[in-house]
Parts: sequence; C-alpha cells; structure tokens
Amino acid sequence: MAGAMDLPAKGGFSFDLCRRNAMLAEKGLKMPGFRKTGTTIVGLVFQDGVVLGADTRATEGPIVADKNCEKIHYMAPNIYCCGAGTAADTEAVTDMVSSQLQLHRYATGRESRVVTALTLLKSHLFSYQGHVSAALVLGGVDVTGPHLHTVYPHGSTDTLPFATMGSGSLAAMSVFESKYKEGLTREEGIQLVSDAICAGIFNDLGSGSNVDVCVITKGKTEYLRNHQLPNPRTYASSKGYSFTKGQTEVLSTKITQLKPKVEIAEGDAMEE
Amino acid sequence: MSRRGDWVYENNGGTCVAVAGADYCVVAADTRLSVGYSILTRDHSKICELADKCVLASSGFQGDIKALHKNLAARELLYQHQHNKRMSCPAMAQLLSNTLYYKRFFPYYAFNVLGGLDSEGKGCVFTYDAVGSYERTGYSAQGTGSSLIMPVLDNQLKSPSPLLLPARDAVTPLSELEAVDLVKDVFASATERDIYTGDKLEIVVINKAGTKREYIDLRKD
Repeated sequence: MAGAMDLPAKGGFSFDLCRRNAMLAEKGLKMPGFRKTGTTIVGLVFQDGVVLGADTRATEGPIVADKNCEKIHYMAPNIYCCGAGTAADTEAVTDMVSSQLQLHRYATGRESRVVTALTLLKSHLFSYQGHVSAALVLGGVDVTGPHLHTVYPHGSTDTLPFATMGSGSLAAMSVFESKYKEGLTREEGIQLVSDAICAGIFNDLGSGSNVDVCVITKGKTEYLRNHQLPNPRTYASSKGYSFTKGQTEVLSTKITQLKPKVEIAEGDAMEE
Repeated sequence: MSRRGDWVYENNGGTCVAVAGADYCVVAADTRLSVGYSILTRDHSKICELADKCVLASSGFQGDIKALHKNLAARELLYQHQHNKRMSCPAMAQLLSNTLYYKRFFPYYAFNVLGGLDSEGKGCVFTYDAVGSYERTGYSAQGTGSSLIMPVLDNQLKSPSPLLLPARDAVTPLSELEAVDLVKDVFASATERDIYTGDKLEIVVINKAGTKREYIDLRKD
C-alpha cells in the first residue's frame, strides 16, 4: 500500500500480520499452544490493607508443568499483582510495569500508587487487543489508602473489595461470597484468602499444590510464600529405585573422534 | 474440544494399571471422575469383577464404560448357565475384543485393561485399544496417566519381546507385596503430574485364594 504520505506509527495494535495469519490458518497451519497457569488467584481488602492469595500449579494442558510456581508478582514495595492466563504474558507484563513504576518513582520522588500501576497495565493490554492473555488481581496500599483491582486481558478493570480470577475463580468466589465482611482483621483476612485458594486447589483441576499469600499494609509488606502446604505426596516406595550399570541394555556403541590430535600450546594467560 | 456439533463423547479421565505375577495379578485404578476442569466425584470405581479370576479396569467415557461392563457381565452369566462354569480370563479377553470391534464404527470410548489368572493359575494381563485390538502382556497402563506410568513400568518390569524365541514368560518375578508397592508408588507419581488422576487408589489383587481389595489415599488437588 504505497501511499503518497507515509504516516508515522501512532501506536496501538498493528494489524499487518493478521491477514497473513488468517491465510495460513486457512491453509491448515495449526497455531502453537501456550502454557497457561490454570489458576486460582484472589484478593481482598481488610481493615489495615489488602491480602492477596494464589495457588502454585502451572499446567500445560492436562500435565502439571510446575508444582510450585510463583504467581504473586512484585510491582513495587507496596504493590503486588497476582497473574492468571498465559504464564509468559503475566510475567512479562508485570515485569515491564514494575520497571516503569521504578523509573516513575525516581522521577517523582514519591511512593508508587496502585492506580498508576493499574493505568499502565490496562493501556498496555488494551493496545494488544486481548492477545496478551493476562488476567490480573492487583493490590496495594499507598498514600490514598488500600486498593484492589482486577484487570482483564482486553484491558478493562474493576475496583472491588474482594476479587477472584482464573479457572478456579468460581470455587474461590463461592467462599468469599459466603464469608466476606468489611473490617476483617489480619488473621481473619489471611484465613479467608487461604480458604478461598484451597477451594480452588481441591475443586478445580487447573489449580493445585500450595497456597501463597501476600499481606500489604501501610508501610509493611509480608510475602508468605507457601503459607500452606496441604498436598504432600501420599506414598513413597521405601524400597527405592536403583539404576545399576548394565541394567539398561546397550544395543551398539560407536565412538567418533572429534579431533585426531589435540595440541597444548604454551602461552600467556588470557586477559581478563 | 471438537468444533463439530456431533461429538457425543466426553472423557471422564482417570488411569488404570495391571501387573501380572507368577501366581497373582494386580489390577488398580484411581477413583476420580472428572469433566473439563471439574471433579464429578472422588469415589467412583473403574474396576469390574467379571468372573472369579477375571477383573476389568476401564478409563474413558463413563457412559460407554458402564454399558460395556454391563454387557460383559451379562454375557458371562449366560456362559455360566450354558457351560456350568465361570469364564476363564483368556476367554473373557477374546469376548471383550469381539464386543469392542462389534462397535467398530461407533466405538465404546473405553480404554481397557483386563487382568486375572489364566487356566494354569499364572497371572495374565490383556491390554486393549478402543476398537478391540488386544495383546497379552506382563503389565499395562491405560488412561490419562498412562504415558506417565508406562515408561516406569517398562524400566522396572521390562517385559521380554514377544518376538524372542523360545517364548519367554512375560510375568514379573516380583512378589505380590513388591508389585503392589510399585503400583502404589507409580500412581502417587502419576497423580503429581496428571490433573485427571488422584483422590483414591483402588487395588484389586487376584490369586488362587481369591480376590482382595485395598484402598490408599492420593492427592486431592
């Protein structure tokens, strides 16, 4: 499309490759799959701040790829973000916004605000029109008070007193809807978040293993990694396994010399 | 996920394993039934005792599995009435193969493992595909966790190739206790990595004294 004027790229999603992808799909090309976290992530506001929670299972289809991954990502000392959806996308987008927030802190000389992180995330996700598959629960405490938001892959956000995302969100939300009330204490908040994550772990096949919790209050953040481990291995053979030499049958052996002769030359040490 | 509007099956998940010994046979299956990302029940048996020395474990679409087990149990009863004895395991093996192939063009979505004692009292395991192709082996795994379990069984039980002459015994020299221990360990491992396997493990051991049942807990997440 050689126009008379070449307009500068204005930002936003570039649709150039969409026609090519559609043509390839039509020809029968299968798009590669992504690793999703198949997750339960939650957040709630309590009297002194926010509590975030997440399970620790990462799945590739029906297989558990990681039994103990970290889904609660650091954004700022006072802001953390739980991520569900494609693992690479949640990692990349939270790392990127975390860096942007740090630069912003240097520029302004102030503590980061949750709404800043929220705006950076939502404008990035919107510009990619939902192709960056990241569903986030963003929480933190700043000068304006405690905040909790959900961010959807297409870029919409909600501001809520309690929130759940991921494949286990329905299981977790049922717990929140039954037991949440305003003005929870720290212990009650952590217990409720753990209960909600456990509901996801035991009732959703995409979630499992352990409970991670993060408590953010004014001036203090506690990242409770593996706060609960309700899924130990149930049986381990006491006999054990041995792999002795000769147990695996060697069908044939072929040795190829890479270099017929290696010369060691005397010389100076390499410069560091 | 099928795009066609006529997909009538669903996979309820789960794994089945059988191991044959010199004078026993171990047949085991988990008890979880699931659909999509949800659990339907944690307490459902996938094992059916078809005859006193013959046990069938099936994973796949429970609707078809229930129908298949019912069909075979009825045929076994008819056999008892006609021949005044219970069906032997090899006879049941052939019957199962024929029953599955009968529905070659609208198959039972069932992945089967048949285990028991043959007419000489030696352990035997028969493994099937969905349309009735079967083979007598020393051990087998079917279901969602089969690709996680089979390599471990291959390593620990190493069945001799059926092409070798003279024909070597496919059954494992392990004792009954060792075989049960291996089956428990292998299921615990499969449960760690397969989301559809878990909750409880049902183990049925057949030997000349009869049939024994055992349950152990698996991870529930």
